[in-house]
Amino acid sequence: MSELITTDVLVIGAGLAGERAAISASAEGNEVVILSLVPPRRSHSCAAQGGMQAALGNCVKGAGDSEELHWLDTVKGSDWGCDQEVARIFADTAPVAMREMAHHGVPWTRVKGGPADYFIKGKKVTLEEPHENEGLIMHRDFGGVSRWRTCYTADGTGHTVLYTMDNMVVELGIAVHDRMEAISLIHDAGRCHGAVVRCLRTGELKTYLAKATVIASGGFGRIYKYSTNAIINQGSGQSIALDTGLVPLGNMEAVQFHPTGIVPTDILVTEGCRGDGGLLLDVDEYRFMPDYEPDKQELASRDVVSRRMTEHMQKGKGVPSPDGEHLWLDLRHLGEDHLRTKLREVYDICMYFLGVNPIKELVPVRPTQHYSMGGIRVNKDGHAYSLKGLWSVGESACWDLHGMNRLGGNSLAETVVAGMFCGQRLGEWANSQTLEVDTALADIALNEQQERINALITGGMGEANENVDQLLNEAQDILQAKVGIFRKGEELAEAVVGLREIYQRSRNLKMRSAFKGANPELAAALRLPGMLKLALCVAKGALLRTESRGGHSREDYPKRNDRDWLKRTLARWPVGADEPEISYEPVGLLESPPGHRGYGGAENIAMEESVEDYNEKVEREWIEQGWQETATPLGEELKEMVEYASTKQS
Amino acid sequence: MARELTLRIFRYDPLNPESKPCFVDYKMEETPRLNLFVALHRVREKQAPDLQFDFVCRAGVCGSCGMMINGRPTLACRTLTAELPETITLAPMPAFKLIGDLSVDTGTWFRGMSERVESWIHTQKEFDPKAEEQRMDDGTAQKIYELERCIECGCCVAGCATANIREDFLGATALNRIGRFMLDPRDERDSEDWFELVATDEGVFGCMGLMGCDDVCPKELPLLEVFAYMRRRMSQVAAGRAKADAGTSQPVIT
Repeated sequence: MSELITTDVLVIGAGLAGERAAISASAEGNEVVILSLVPPRRSHSCAAQGGMQAALGNCVKGAGDSEELHWLDTVKGSDWGCDQEVARIFADTAPVAMREMAHHGVPWTRVKGGPADYFIKGKKVTLEEPHENEGLIMHRDFGGVSRWRTCYTADGTGHTVLYTMDNMVVELGIAVHDRMEAISLIHDAGRCHGAVVRCLRTGELKTYLAKATVIASGGFGRIYKYSTNAIINQGSGQSIALDTGLVPLGNMEAVQFHPTGIVPTDILVTEGCRGDGGLLLDVDEYRFMPDYEPDKQELASRDVVSRRMTEHMQKGKGVPSPDGEHLWLDLRHLGEDHLRTKLREVYDICMYFLGVNPIKELVPVRPTQHYSMGGIRVNKDGHAYSLKGLWSVGESACWDLHGMNRLGGNSLAETVVAGMFCGQRLGEWANSQTLEVDTALADIALNEQQERINALITGGMGEANENVDQLLNEAQDILQAKVGIFRKGEELAEAVVGLREIYQRSRNLKMRSAFKGANPELAAALRLPGMLKLALCVAKGALLRTESRGGHSREDYPKRNDRDWLKRTLARWPVGADEPEISYEPVGLLESPPGHRGYGGAENIAMEESVEDYNEKVEREWIEQGWQETATPLGEELKEMVEYASTKQS
Repeated sequence: MARELTLRIFRYDPLNPESKPCFVDYKMEETPRLNLFVALHRVREKQAPDLQFDFVCRAGVCGSCGMMINGRPTLACRTLTAELPETITLAPMPAFKLIGDLSVDTGTWFRGMSERVESWIHTQKEFDPKAEEQRMDDGTAQKIYELERCIECGCCVAGCATANIREDFLGATALNRIGRFMLDPRDERDSEDWFELVATDEGVFGCMGLMGCDDVCPKELPLLEVFAYMRRRMSQVAAGRAKADAGTSQPVIT
């Protein structure tokens, strides 16, 4: 007899977003259980280094900052692909979220009044930090921002915020069931009831039934060959949502490549390196970024810097190495003191993994897959489209404040903000529901998974001969080669065909080991089809989007096209199909009409309809598609919209 | 000439009655800059698909991959084979429950530790979302961060003679955590509050002073200083109590 566990709210993932959502849901009076692949403090949130954005404006280069500016920087960073209302909620909530984490124990780096030395645009400058702000949260510079607003703890921000968050979870007595993997959602008639879960200690299956199920499982970078992501970032949460056949994934083609993954090993060194004055150099040790981006230089948005680096390497200016071409990150001028305090993790990573001392030597870097803007499409409350009771927050979600490109420091901030905001919404919603314990439904879902496992263990249907690692490697090679920083229609079409073949072959997996317990090969075999599906969503979305916007750059369609492509891609996977079905929705209500980002330099095809007409279409489609109701009406958080609506009424 | 490495790996599945603990040799050719993260995945891919071990970040920051490497507990991901002899013996860390092969249950242990030391800010103050953050001197923030850098890898526990013979010993990681909260002006617990937990044989006075923890901590936390600070502070509480019992002045420590 398998175990059945009931709770009000089931959270899948114990990183920052999942734990913060659990805390909010618990504050609303719900019993909460969190599942995690690993002990919670090992979640990938812990590896975030540089910081989180919030418009506190405490330091001299942050003076005059506001939620308004943070919102506008975010919209520009997204290349007008984001939901501007969600970006408003995010920018408005971020300062409170940072202060709350300060209250609960994060040792944020603080403002020290008086003269301070910085490196800005390649030059050493001395600025006077305001004495009246002594002891408030300090900020550092980041890419694509108009003010310094990144709150940080040296270069261990994710670590300190995650440890503080998990301390709060322990204090509240919220249960975390670690080494547990949700392998399918239990749902019926458009309502999610929980998940079938496999214990990674014993291999046993259990069912968890809940009023609300929250996916907060992070990104899916590991579908790429080279990724900065932790090895657990295989998209298991997005996969089980896609498997329902109901829930769409949004903008899966929007994949972020971070400019500074180290070569080899692909470990990230933070954008804070450039925020603090680090420079990018080529094979001649020449600083090339100001030639491409005179204004923002090394601190344009990540999509732009990664493209410029790639362009420069294509001109023959890369540094050849046995591990492939790369460029240099120069931190030497920042000095030993800075590198051994504020960039200490970076120093350790360079020393341990490269044998390079960044105080004296250049660090080999190249753009590397880093972040998934796409994910489970949710409304502004975090409630998934088309499946009541399913919610998602953090990188696993497409909430969508990032659009087609995320700004550095906005994802770590998003985890806490979305956890707070959506956690409260789902907590309130759960309170309005009754817990339905349908054991027959749970058994059916569990048996389906047990049969899947049995088939894998016993060697499948006769002809089984495919190897898990082999298929994953082949798929990763295709994505890396054909769905990278610069994309072409022909290659994308080849990628879709190739990935579809691999997906079909994955039906004939043959395991090499036969034990049913905590067998890592079995865990990999269970995850593989989901990873291949995500890869196909990325490739097909990229093939069909015939424009360049943010992180999606088409050599055959180099312009951003606001006339035809001010849209979000939605990918659904009909049960039994071999590839996803793609549809589109408007990006959301426009408060800031599409314009020039101030970096990146691409040409645009202008919108032809008026902003008013576009916004009317948004409202119309929202009603026609029947997306989940939101706690407040559409557009309520948009400042100009509220004024607009009030003038219409009066 | 590339070396031929032998990875001598502890194998045991405690859930399988037929499994017997043993070491199994896996051979591979050494490649440039090979680390144990890559080496163990090669073993799993080519030779032992069911081999259990734990990695997450593979960048030395998440604390998942603590294991005994030639008898010494450390992080496997950032250990280069070039620094080791041709035969590399890998075993799970002692003092933690074995899950299988090289994988141990640090999650349950550390959650228990956090509960035991009440690893959260104890304050009567409510969070006020409208107020400016409580100010803190940057020097104080840096001192807290210095101890907050613990990644819960468990190496200090595995390398501790006391922790290996008495299960209830707090260990360096817990004492370091306590030190972190003692330094934090936001936490309202005082030395008296800590005394019953810390000034005992399960606490700082159970340490026999071999300081294996300090030798093996991958984050180079200042554990010698933490233990010295803790002993001294607890001794002062005891001295204060003794004086108070003798009917003399009040304790000098706050």
